[in-house]
Amino acid sequence: MTEDPKETYFSHTHKTVIKPAKGLMSLDLGEVWAYRELLSILAWRDISIMYKQSIIGIGWVIIQPVMTMIIFTIIFGKFAKLPSEGIPYPIFTYCALLPWSYFARSLSGSSNSLVGSSHLITKVYFPRLVIPFSKVFSGLVDFAIAFVILIGMMVWYRIMPTRGIFFLPLLLLVAMTASLGIGLWLTALNVKYRDVQFVVPFLVQFWMYASPVAYSAGIVPEKWRWLYGLNPMVGVIEGFRWALLGKSVPDAGMMLVSFCIVFAVLVGGLYYFKKMERSFADIV
Amino acid sequence: MMVISAKGLGKKYSLGEAHTNLLSERMGNGLRSFYGRLRGRGPAGRPRKSSGDEFWALRDLDFEVKRGEVLGIIGRNGAGKSTLLKILSRITWPTEGNVELYGRVASLLEVGTGFHPELTGRENIFLNGAILGMSRAEIRKKFDEITAFAEVEKFVDTPVKHYSSGMYVRLAFAVAAHLEPEILIIDEVLAVGDAQFQKKCLGKMGDVAREGRTVLFVSHNMSFVRNLCSLALLLENGRIKFQGAVPEALAEYERGTARAGDVIETAHFQGPLSDQVLIDKIVFLQGGAEAPVLDPLLQFEIRLHGRALRTFQTLELSIQLFRDGLHIASCFDSPDESMMREGRFISSFRMPAEVLRPGRYTIAVGAASSVGNWIWGGDVANLDFIENWGGKSAERTRGIVALPYTAERIQPG
Repeated sequence: MTEDPKETYFSHTHKTVIKPAKGLMSLDLGEVWAYRELLSILAWRDISIMYKQSIIGIGWVIIQPVMTMIIFTIIFGKFAKLPSEGIPYPIFTYCALLPWSYFARSLSGSSNSLVGSSHLITKVYFPRLVIPFSKVFSGLVDFAIAFVILIGMMVWYRIMPTRGIFFLPLLLLVAMTASLGIGLWLTALNVKYRDVQFVVPFLVQFWMYASPVAYSAGIVPEKWRWLYGLNPMVGVIEGFRWALLGKSVPDAGMMLVSFCIVFAVLVGGLYYFKKMERSFADIV
Repeated sequence: MMVISAKGLGKKYSLGEAHTNLLSERMGNGLRSFYGRLRGRGPAGRPRKSSGDEFWALRDLDFEVKRGEVLGIIGRNGAGKSTLLKILSRITWPTEGNVELYGRVASLLEVGTGFHPELTGRENIFLNGAILGMSRAEIRKKFDEITAFAEVEKFVDTPVKHYSSGMYVRLAFAVAAHLEPEILIIDEVLAVGDAQFQKKCLGKMGDVAREGRTVLFVSHNMSFVRNLCSLALLLENGRIKFQGAVPEALAEYERGTARAGDVIETAHFQGPLSDQVLIDKIVFLQGGAEAPVLDPLLQFEIRLHGRALRTFQTLELSIQLFRDGLHIASCFDSPDESMMREGRFISSFRMPAEVLRPGRYTIAVGAASSVGNWIWGGDVANLDFIENWGGKSAERTRGIVALPYTAERIQPG
C-alpha cells in the first residue's frame, strides 16, 4: 500500500493522464516527494549562486539583522522607549528579527521564483511546487547564520535558555510553513500579474510594522488581540521570543488564531498554486 | 502494447487583450472596454477574427503509438507540432480531450532545455537528470557515457554559458537519450548540430527504439523522417491530415505544399502582423513568363503578391530558401528603411543563373516592420529546378549550390 512514490511516478508502468483541469484538483504532494532530489538540487543551486556571486554575500546575512537591531534599539528602544518586558531591548528585538528576516527573505525570493525559472518551466516537466518549496529550504542557511549571532548575544546578555527552547524546531517549522503559504500565493499571482513583484517590497515593509518585531504584542489592547493574531507572523515571533527568552507566556487565543491562519494560508496557497500551475508555461 | 493514446485532444489559446500581464493594465483595459461599450462600440482594438480572439492550435486529435515505434510528426510551421509536443511533455495543458502515457517522458524541445547558464556541465547533467526523476546514483552511473557521447569531457566543469550552441545541444541530447526514458520526444533540435552530430543522434534514436522505447520526432527534414521513422503523423492547421506509413505521409505533405502560381492560404502565416499584411500569391518567372518549374542555368525571378492593410513606416519582406531542411539563403526586398503604403504590392526578387542546382527547394516567406512585429509562413511553396546540369558530369556538380567562382593556378619558377 505504501509504495515509494519514486517507484510509482518513474516506473515504466506508471500511467499518466493528461487532461484539462476541472474543479478542485488533487494536490499530488506525493509527486513533490518523488522529485525531492530535484528539490535539494534547486535549493543548493540557489545557495551556491547567492554566495558565489557576492563578496559580502555571507556578511550581508549578518549585517542586515544586526543593523536593523541597532537602529531599532536607538529609535524604538531609547527614544520611543517601547517596553520590552524587562529584557534588554537589543536582544528583545533580535529574537524577533531572526524569524522575521527569514520570512521577509523568503517572500522576496519566491515572488519572482517562477518567472526567474521560466527557462525551465517552458521546456521541461516537473511539479512546479518544487520551486517555491526549494526557496523555503534555501533560506534556512541564512537563518542558521543569523542564529549563531543570536547564541552569541544570549551569552553576552547572560540569558539562560529555558525548556521553551525545545519548541524552537517546531516554531521554525511554523515559520517555514508561513513563508511557504504566503510565498505560494505571491508566486502564483506574480506569474499572472507581473506587477506583484513590485508590490512585495512595500508589503514586506508594512508587514514588519504590523508584526511584533520592534514592540511586544503585549502593547496591543486585549480586545483587539485576536484581530492582531490574524497576522500569521504574530504567532511565530511571539513564540520565538517566549522559547528563547523565557518570559511571560503570550496570549493563547491570539497565538491560536495566528497558527490557524498559517495553516489556512498554506492550504489555500497550495490549491491556488495548483490551479494556476497549468497556465504557467503559457503566460510566463 | 500501447504507450501513448490520445483522444479528442485540443488546445485553444486566447489572444488579444486577455494577454496583458500587469494587473494595472488589465484594470485599465477593463475600464476602457466598459466605457467603450457604454458608447456603443466594442473593446478598443483591431478587427476581430471570425471566431473572436481565439485560436485553436490543436483540434480533435486521435492517435495511438505502440512501444518501440518511432513516430515522425510533420507539417508546416504553425500546424501544431510544437504544441502537441508541449502537451505530451506536460508543459502546457489541453483544453479538451486527454492523453494517456505509460512511462517516463524525456523531452528535448529546444537547445539547452532546462540548462542553467551559471552551472557547469556536470552540475547541469545532475540537474537535468533530477528533473527527469533520476537519483544521483543513477546519474553517476551514466555520467561518463553521457559526456563521451556529447564529446564535452574536457568542458564538463565549465559553466554552460560558455558552451557553443552545438555543445549545448549535444549535451542536452546526450542527457535525454541516456537516462532511459520510456518515451523520448525530440523537437527539431538537431537542426543546430553539424552533420556528424545529426548522424550520431539519429543512430542513437534508432538504438533507443530498438531497445523497446518509443521516440517522437518532429522534423522538417524529410530524409531524416524517411530513414528513421516507422510511423508518421501529418498535422495541418491543428488537425490530423494523415497518420500511417511514412512514405504516404510524406507524399501527402508534399501534395499540400503550394505550387508556383497557387494562391497561398493566409492560414499559412503566423505572427502579430498576420491580419495586417496578407501575402496571397507567389509566382516564378523565367524569360519574362510564368514558369511552374525552372531551368537552373538561367536567371529567374520570384514575385510575392500581397496587400498591406495599413501603412507601415518600414516593412521588409523576405524569402528564405530551404533544401532538405537546410537553410540555404535569405533574400530581402528592400535594402534600407522603406515605407509600405496601404494597398497592394508586388515584391520581386531577381535571382542569378547557375547558382542553385537541380532539385526541389522550399520557400518560406516572412515580413517584419520592427522588433516583435512580423509574420512568418514556413513551407509556403516549392521551387523546382529541372535536371539540367549544363552538360557537366556528376563529379563537377556536387553540392547544393554552384558558386560563381574563378580560379587560376600559378607555378612559380
